[in-house]
Amino acid sequence: MTDSRFGDGVSRRSFVKAASAAALVLTAKAVINPIEAWGMETKGLAPETVQALIQAARDIYPHDRVPDRFYAVAIKDYDVKAATDPKIKTLIEGGIAELNSAAKQAHGTDYVGVGWEEERVALLRKIEGTPFFKTLRGGLVTGLYNQKEVWPLFGYEGESASKGGYIKRGFDDITWI
Amino acid sequence: MAGKFDLNDDSVVVIVGSGAGGGTLGTELALKGINTVILEAGGRYEMEDFVNDEWDSFTQLAWTDMRTTSGSWRVAKDFANLPAWIVKAVGGSTVHWAGASLRFQEHEFKTKTVYGDVKGANLLDWPLTLAELEPYYAKAESRMGVTRTNGIAGLPGSNNYKVFEAGAKKLGYTEVHTGRMAINSAPRDGRGSCQQIGFCFQGCKSGAKWSTLIAEIPKGEDTGKLEVRSNSHVVKIEHDAKGKVTGVVYADKAGNLQKQKARVVAVAGNSIETPRLLLNSASSLFPDGLANSSGQVGRNYMRHMTASVYGIFDRPVHMYRGTTMAGVISDEAKHNPARGFVGGYEFETLSLGLPFMAAFLNPGAWGRSFTSAIDAYENTAGMWIVGEDMPQESNRVTLHATEKDKLGMPVANVHFDDHPNDIAMRNHAWKQGQAVYDAIGATRTMPTPPYPSTHNLGTSRMSEKPKDGVVNKFGQTHDIPNLFISDGSQFTTGAAENPTLTIVTLALRQADTIADMMAKKTI
Ligand SMILES: Cc1cc2nc3c(=O)[nH]c(=O)nc-3n(C[C@H](O)[C@H](O)[C@H](O)COP(=O)(O)OP(=O)(O)OC[C@H]3O[C@@H](n4cnc5c(N)ncnc54)[C@H](O)[C@@H]3O)c2cc1C
Ligand code: SF4
Repeated sequence: MTDSRFGDGVSRRSFVKAASAAALVLTAKAVINPIEAWGMETKGLAPETVQALIQAARDIYPHDRVPDRFYAVAIKDYDVKAATDPKIKTLIEGGIAELNSAAKQAHGTDYVGVGWEEERVALLRKIEGTPFFKTLRGGLVTGLYNQKEVWPLFGYEGESASKGGYIKRGFDDITWI
Repeated sequence: MAGKFDLNDDSVVVIVGSGAGGGTLGTELALKGINTVILEAGGRYEMEDFVNDEWDSFTQLAWTDMRTTSGSWRVAKDFANLPAWIVKAVGGSTVHWAGASLRFQEHEFKTKTVYGDVKGANLLDWPLTLAELEPYYAKAESRMGVTRTNGIAGLPGSNNYKVFEAGAKKLGYTEVHTGRMAINSAPRDGRGSCQQIGFCFQGCKSGAKWSTLIAEIPKGEDTGKLEVRSNSHVVKIEHDAKGKVTGVVYADKAGNLQKQKARVVAVAGNSIETPRLLLNSASSLFPDGLANSSGQVGRNYMRHMTASVYGIFDRPVHMYRGTTMAGVISDEAKHNPARGFVGGYEFETLSLGLPFMAAFLNPGAWGRSFTSAIDAYENTAGMWIVGEDMPQESNRVTLHATEKDKLGMPVANVHFDDHPNDIAMRNHAWKQGQAVYDAIGATRTMPTPPYPSTHNLGTSRMSEKPKDGVVNKFGQTHDIPNLFISDGSQFTTGAAENPTLTIVTLALRQADTIADMMAKKTI
C-alpha cells in the first residue's frame, strides 16, 4: 500500500536509497555517494567544500525524503562557476572555511563532522546575514525546488496540458470533505 | 520597420501597452472603425507557446526590466528589484491573470464620503458612480464571458475550492461560490471550456481564460483598423508648442528609436510604467512631467491589501489541480468599521505549484518549520486575500536618480508603506482565513505575507477637480485634452475587488468617449 500523503512519488523512494553527506567518499577531484550510486567530478571547488555545501544545503532545507543527489545538483553550479570566477570561488571556499572554523571551536570537528542537525543549524544561524549564506540559501529556492525530478517526492505533478488537464484526472476527487 | 500604419500618419490613435486597459481600448476603437496602433514593449506569445512551468513561464512573460523599491513593505526586503509581478508581452498581465471578475460596490466609489477622514490616507470620491458604470460593467462581463453573469454557469468546484467552501460554511459565511470568473465554463465566443489544467497564471493553454491576447486583439486586427506592434518600447510622449501631444518615441526590436505620430495618445502601461513614462516625458513646457500640474502623477500608488493563508490537513488536497482562483468568500467585503478598519476584503482560492510555494510561502525562511510545510504540499489548501488599501501620497512611483534601463531611461522606484488600516485589515483577514481552515480540522495554518504586487493602481488618479488628480471621469488628462490614461492608474481608490473587470469597463467607456470626441473634433 502506498501512503497517499506522500503522493505518487513514494514509489520512487523504493529504488532511491539515501545517505547523509557525512557518508560521502571524497577523492582528489570528486565527491562520490556509493549508496545513492552517483559521483560528481569537482571543477572549481575542493571536494571537501562540495561535501560541506551539500550538508549545508540539507541543513538549510532539510527534507528527509529527498536524497543527497538533489542537494548535489542544487549546489553544483557554484562548483562550475568557481572554476572560472574567482569571486565565487572565494565566496564559497571562504564561507565554508568560516563554518569549519566555527565548528572546530564549538565541537572540535569540521562542519560535516558535527553530529546533530540542531548543532549545525546553530552554526548556520550565526552566519545568516553573510553574503555567503544569503547566496547559498537564495540559490537553493530554485536550485532545489525547481528540479522537475524532485517534484514527485512532494506530490506535485507539474505540467498537465499535454495530459488534457485535470478535468478527468482528479481536479475534484477529494472524498474526505 | 513599422507595419501597417505609417510612422507619419498623424490621424491614428496610439495606445501604449496591450493589457487589460490598452488591449481592450484598442480593439474597441478598431471595432468602431478608428485606426489604432498599439505599441507593446514585450513580445507576442500565443497559446501554443505558453509553458506549464512556473519559472519558465515567468522568464517567458514577466516584466523583469530593472525596477527598485523603498519603504517598509516586506516586498522591498524580499524582492528588492521585483516590486510587481506583471507581464511584458502582448496581452499584458491578462496573460498571467487568474480571471476573478467582481464589480466594485457602490460605496467604494465614494470612500471619502463614506469612510470620512482617515489619518494619513489621501481618500477621494471617484468622479463617477456605480450607476454610471453599470451599463459598461454589463458590457464588459458579456465581452469577457464572466461566469454567474449573462446566464453563464459557474465553474465546477475543485478540491481546493471544496475545502475552502466547507471551512467557510462551518464558520458561518454565506456568500461562498466558485467565483465570477472570466473563464469559460462552457464553450463560448469561439473559445473552449476550462480543462482544469491548473496553470491559469502561466497563460491558459486551452483558451478558456479571457485575455486581451486571445479574446480581444485578434477581433480588432480582423477589422483591419488595429495594428499591434510588439517589441516596441515607448520611451517618451512628444507634444507641440501648444501643449497637445503629437506622438511617441519608441525603441523597436533592434533598439532603434522610431517616432510614431498620433492624433490621440492613450497610456496603459500598468501603474508603474504609466507614471514612469509621463515623468520621463518632462519637457520645458511640462518640467514636472506630462499631465502633472497637480503633482499627483506617481502618487497614491496602491497594491491592494493582500496576503495568503495556507492550511495543512491530515489528508491530500491536491490544490494545484484545476483553476487557480475559482472560489470566493465575500462576507468580509462590506464596509463594517466595527472590525477596526474601514473598507473590506475578499477571500479567493489560490494554488501555487511547488516551485512558487517554495519561493513565496515565507520568503527568506529556512529550516524545519519551513520544510515541514513544504513536505505537506500535497495536503495543503490555499487562499488569497484581497482588500482595499488606503491611498497615500507618499506611496509613490518616482524616477530613480541614477539607475537607467538599457534604453538609457531612468527606472522606476516603487515606494510603499502599509497604512495602519491596511495592517489592521490584514491581521483580521489572516485570523479569519486561518479560522476557515481550522474549522474543518487543519493541523497547521500559515499566514503568508504579500507577494510582489499583481495589482498596481492609482498613480494617475481620477478626480473631479484638476488639482486633486491627473485625469477626469473619462480618463482624459486634466492638462492635455488628447492624452488619456487607460489602465488601473486611473483608480481614485482601490476597492476590495480584483481590478481588471473595472479596468476593462473603464476602457470600453473611454472608447465611446474618444470616438465621440474625435467625431466632434474636440480632440
Ligand atoms: C499572477 C496574476 C494574477 C492576476 N489575477 C487577477 C484576477 O484574478 N483578477 C483581476 O482582476 N486581476 C488579476 N490580476 C491583475 C491584472 O492582470 C491586472 O490588473 C491587469 O492586467 C492590469 O491591466 P493594465 O492594462 O493596467 O496593465 P497590463 O495588463 O499589465 O498591461 C500593460 C502592458 O503595457 C506594456 N508596457 C508598459 N510600459 C510600456 C511602454 N513604455 N511601452 C510599451 N508597452 C509598455 C507592458 O509590457 C504590458 O504588456 C492578476 C495579475 C497577475 C500578475
Ligand atoms: S484551469 Fe482552466 S482556465 Fe486555468 S489554465 Fe486551465 S483551462 Fe485555462
